[in-house]
Amino acid sequence: MNNEQALFRYVVRLGDNALVLAQRLIEIVADGPELEEELANANFSLDYLGQARMFYSYAGEIEGEGRMEDDFAFRRPDREFENVLLVEQPNGHFGDVIVRSVLFDVFYLLQLEALSECSDQRLAEISLKTAKEIRYHLRYGSQWLIRLGDGTEESHGRVQDSLDKLWRFTGELFSGDETDEWVLAGIAGPDLGELQVAWTSAVAAIVEEATLALPEDQWMAGGGRDGRHSEDFGYLIADMQQLQRAYPGLNW
Amino acid sequence: MYTQGLDQQGKEPQGLQPRESAERLAAFQERIDAEEKIEAKDWMPEAYRRTLVRQISQHAHSEIIGMQPEGNWLTRAPTLRRKSILLAKVQDEAGHGLYLYGAAETLGTSRDQMVADLLSGKAKYSSIFNYPTLTWADIGTIGWLVDGAAIMNQIPLCRCSYGPYARAMVRICKEESFHQRQGFEIMLALSRGSAAQKAMAQDALNRWWWPSIMMFGPSDKDSKHSAQSMAWKIKRFSNDELRQKFIDVTVPQADFLGLKVPDDELEFDEETAHYRFGEIDWQEFYDVLAGNGPCNRERMQVRRDAQQGGAWVREAAQAYAEKHAAQAAA
Repeated sequence: MNNEQALFRYVVRLGDNALVLAQRLIEIVADGPELEEELANANFSLDYLGQARMFYSYAGEIEGEGRMEDDFAFRRPDREFENVLLVEQPNGHFGDVIVRSVLFDVFYLLQLEALSECSDQRLAEISLKTAKEIRYHLRYGSQWLIRLGDGTEESHGRVQDSLDKLWRFTGELFSGDETDEWVLAGIAGPDLGELQVAWTSAVAAIVEEATLALPEDQWMAGGGRDGRHSEDFGYLIADMQQLQRAYPGLNW
Repeated sequence: MYTQGLDQQGKEPQGLQPRESAERLAAFQERIDAEEKIEAKDWMPEAYRRTLVRQISQHAHSEIIGMQPEGNWLTRAPTLRRKSILLAKVQDEAGHGLYLYGAAETLGTSRDQMVADLLSGKAKYSSIFNYPTLTWADIGTIGWLVDGAAIMNQIPLCRCSYGPYARAMVRICKEESFHQRQGFEIMLALSRGSAAQKAMAQDALNRWWWPSIMMFGPSDKDSKHSAQSMAWKIKRFSNDELRQKFIDVTVPQADFLGLKVPDDELEFDEETAHYRFGEIDWQEFYDVLAGNGPCNRERMQVRRDAQQGGAWVREAAQAYAEKHAAQAAA
């Protein structure tokens, strides 16, 4: 794998994480516990979607074969998506959605902060802009997690379950491969070991304030980075790509 | 849960209610006739207040229910650009719902009460959202026709006599015209596209045309709220006037798209410079209004599920707020 291929793959992965999470969030666009939460959810989905478009467009430029944002979203089979498994997990209830967002956004923000200082200027610029959005998402998500954890007995129990259930997808965030190694060495990108330390303490602080218990060390799922996804993922992709598959090559 | 202290309507002792004397009513009407804006704290006849609460809350509910037929295509939008635009539109609708509930709350009815009335079926929302979005072209058609009709209805509301509503409408109308354009742009792409895309566009127009022109409400002779609303300058044009205006504007757009409006009696009348159109199936209008449209039950079920499914979240937020307020006070 040469430098361009590594950078390309890394940027596509960033796009995949953002797109898949956006796609999950828009499934519940009219299903919030309050109108304010529906508005926030639509707003966040729009941010992730915008980020995916920037990452894909940049990936297309790095590759130099004329692929555009829609080629990445609609014209790749599900096995070629390399998002982490965490973002593709089905929505469940509001607490599941919040826990998924917090666990991912803490990681994503650290990743973006590191990338905004990397030596690839374009990626640094996109990351800087994106980090501002994610900082806000994370504030919203962690406040909700704290409210739910420290709310009623029922809400406490529910989000503790969400945390226990989703925890197994957090290991993958830090299990780097040669692409991540290149990003660290080649463009002074994030060091996943350092990210994991920072993530663990940030998550522990939120969980503590939420009066929840951190799940115990456990077996961690993986495979998203190699395109091995959960069974639900095929449906997400089939749904998203439906029109482009049924009517290929048209303008919309 | 976010609003408190507004549930007092009807709970005040009768003796404190200002009396609706003939002088007072006449003075109120004078202000209206002089195009003065009525503000939240001003005296107003109870019927004026009730009419506005009914109309504004119905408008707010329509925005919220309207998120569903469009949300139905968000996950399947054909390009990321289209997906983003549609998502921004759906987000705007949630925002419109919020301002409108806010405007209605200035009249003394809480949002919780308005939402409860929606869920119980007491309050109505625009019947157009009880029709299903079957293909992507329906998303274009909703923007083009439904938002187009909404704009016709809403632009005069920017001059409505009730200040908070008029001001909310100024902002809403700006966003609605963007919605209308995105819809027309979808239709343009389809009508310039493949045979399958053109057929999709025509099919959508066939299904949405009549429900769209029903959006202006019953014919003037059957419209029970119209005359008083016109006198109060809540309403500036009659249902039939607005409907005619909409048809006059929209038919040439359909021609431009190369689509056929599904009305064999549609004809331009040179003398009046208006289109003559066929008879509206009012039975369908009243059926859908009464709850018997293709999606009435589904739309309400989604809202009820969201309300019930979110109860534990709202309770948690309240419990948290109370706990921390108590700690802060201690």
